[in-house]
Amino acid sequence: MKELRLMKGNEAIAEAAIRAGADAYFGYPITPQSEILEYLMAEKPEERTGMVVLQAESEIAAINMVYGAASTGKRVLTSSSSPGISLKQEGISYIAGAELPCLIINVVRGGPGLGTIQPSQADYFQATKGGGHGDYHLLVLAPASVQEMSDFVKLGFDLAFKYRNPVLILSDGAIGQMMEKVELFEQQERLKYFDPSWTLTGKTSGRSRNIITSLELDPARQEKHNLRLQAKYRQMEEVEVRYEQIDCDDADFIIVAFGSSARISQKAVRIAREKGLKAGLFRPITLFPFPKSEISSLADRVKGMLSVEMNAGQMVEDVRLAVNGKIPVEYYGRFGGMIPTPDEVVEALEQKLVTV
Amino acid sequence: METKDIIKPENLVYTKTSLMTDNILSYCPGCGHGTIHRIIMEVIDEMGIQSEVIGIAPVGCSVLAYDFMDIDMAQAAHGRAPALATGMKRCWPDKFVFTYQGDGDLAAIGTAETIHTCNRGENITIIYINNGIYGMTGGQMAPTTIPGMRSSTSPYGRDVITMGYPLKITDLVACLPGTYYVSRQAVHKPGAVRKAKKAVRMAFENQKLKKGVSFVEFVSSCNSGWKMTPVDANKWMEENMFPYYPLGDIKLDGELIKTQSKKTADHD
Repeated sequence: MKELRLMKGNEAIAEAAIRAGADAYFGYPITPQSEILEYLMAEKPEERTGMVVLQAESEIAAINMVYGAASTGKRVLTSSSSPGISLKQEGISYIAGAELPCLIINVVRGGPGLGTIQPSQADYFQATKGGGHGDYHLLVLAPASVQEMSDFVKLGFDLAFKYRNPVLILSDGAIGQMMEKVELFEQQERLKYFDPSWTLTGKTSGRSRNIITSLELDPARQEKHNLRLQAKYRQMEEVEVRYEQIDCDDADFIIVAFGSSARISQKAVRIAREKGLKAGLFRPITLFPFPKSEISSLADRVKGMLSVEMNAGQMVEDVRLAVNGKIPVEYYGRFGGMIPTPDEVVEALEQKLVTV
Repeated sequence: METKDIIKPENLVYTKTSLMTDNILSYCPGCGHGTIHRIIMEVIDEMGIQSEVIGIAPVGCSVLAYDFMDIDMAQAAHGRAPALATGMKRCWPDKFVFTYQGDGDLAAIGTAETIHTCNRGENITIIYINNGIYGMTGGQMAPTTIPGMRSSTSPYGRDVITMGYPLKITDLVACLPGTYYVSRQAVHKPGAVRKAKKAVRMAFENQKLKKGVSFVEFVSSCNSGWKMTPVDANKWMEENMFPYYPLGDIKLDGELIKTQSKKTADHD
């Protein structure tokens, strides 16, 4: 039987974490995502499933608790918002280097610096290009609804373990705070099997010791390690690209947008069509791997693309790389916590692409 | 007499624990790390808990500790080992988890993690190596460098007015309700090694009690960083480090030991 609830995006993430069979959550309060930790504490997941929830002394400690817990093979997650995610970058780089599975949630707010607590997508570069030091990628999922906040927790854990790589859910303050109907998935069991080839469970006589490290002092071996990581990212690009297309089949112009911007742009497409403008929406769901070839194919049959973002124009660079000069690619966005209206998007589409 | 005539089972009075690997130690001659590694591995061996132990290596000279210890280990970012330990122990409450950290790691960059892990009373063991200097990076001033002590970043000696005071973090964590056993040891002489091993054994046994952190500091020499011979370094350590960092138990069974300075006068 379907279990439907009206929930905030942040609450949906927390409930989904329990249901996904997470073993532990480590976090530190920061607006606009504190409901995740609050919900988890109130739910007593220790009693529901045995899941550990701990409020750390800092985001740095929280991500390193995740590092420690993930190295034991457990299903673990943390969440924060932009300034806190910046603090976590050191740990994320280590986790990526040590190839551990975990889930990180960024409910993005406007920056730079302390910025604002209002919604933003200004952390696109940080999320998709690495974020911390060294050559690495997170697998990045961008939910556009409270339903996806829940679904992507489960999907995120699956992908994290499939690739032994941290997965980031790049949300924003709007999706985190808004309430929508959400269909919750059924309770999953917590992990019982811990892969003896890499998890730290104590060295038994049947196997050699397991070491979780991102250190390799020999540059030739470090390069080899990097090449293996890169091969993993290429494989993600081959098989994990996810996207949604709305009204793209007969479209002359495509709006490319993710997350909250995609919700706004969906309305903009409807307004544009009412005006007789054949617009469509292409919504990348995975921001890394980015749907490059799909956007490139679309560019073969439309007149132009508009990247709509709640930042100063970040994803537009990836759209342009994918389009590779075949058609004009423009950007429209608001930032610093401001949210574009559908009418503004339509106006930008007309001014930047249609009337040119 | 040939070597093969000497090496016979009946002549064997001591052997390296199999928990120390055969890899050649990367430490300088005279350094305490090798002995402290061995003590920990002997304790784990004697307790028979190899299959239940997870260790955490820091950033510093002992970053490659996992090359020498035949146990499951993770390597932490600089200062973050207690946070890793927290994550591990919360996930495996019945396993033995320990961190192995230097003074720069534990008492400078990782101060917050150290204090809060101790204050939460995580049931882990923290092994803390204090040699008063950043060894691996080439002898820079550490949070524990004693007043007047020279280092590459305090070439005229540590001036406490401008550079601040050395941090006695072990005494500090002993005051927190989350620590159950806090001790300061050394491995410069056989007698000290024997005492130190007892302290490490207690620090691991305590994890079964689930009463909080067991914290063992080792005052250790860094003859390379101090630019002394191993013998001179040990002498200098006894004369200058021990008065500042007196050896002995500081907190036992959750109770602070009041007469700490008297008690520690008897180190060998």
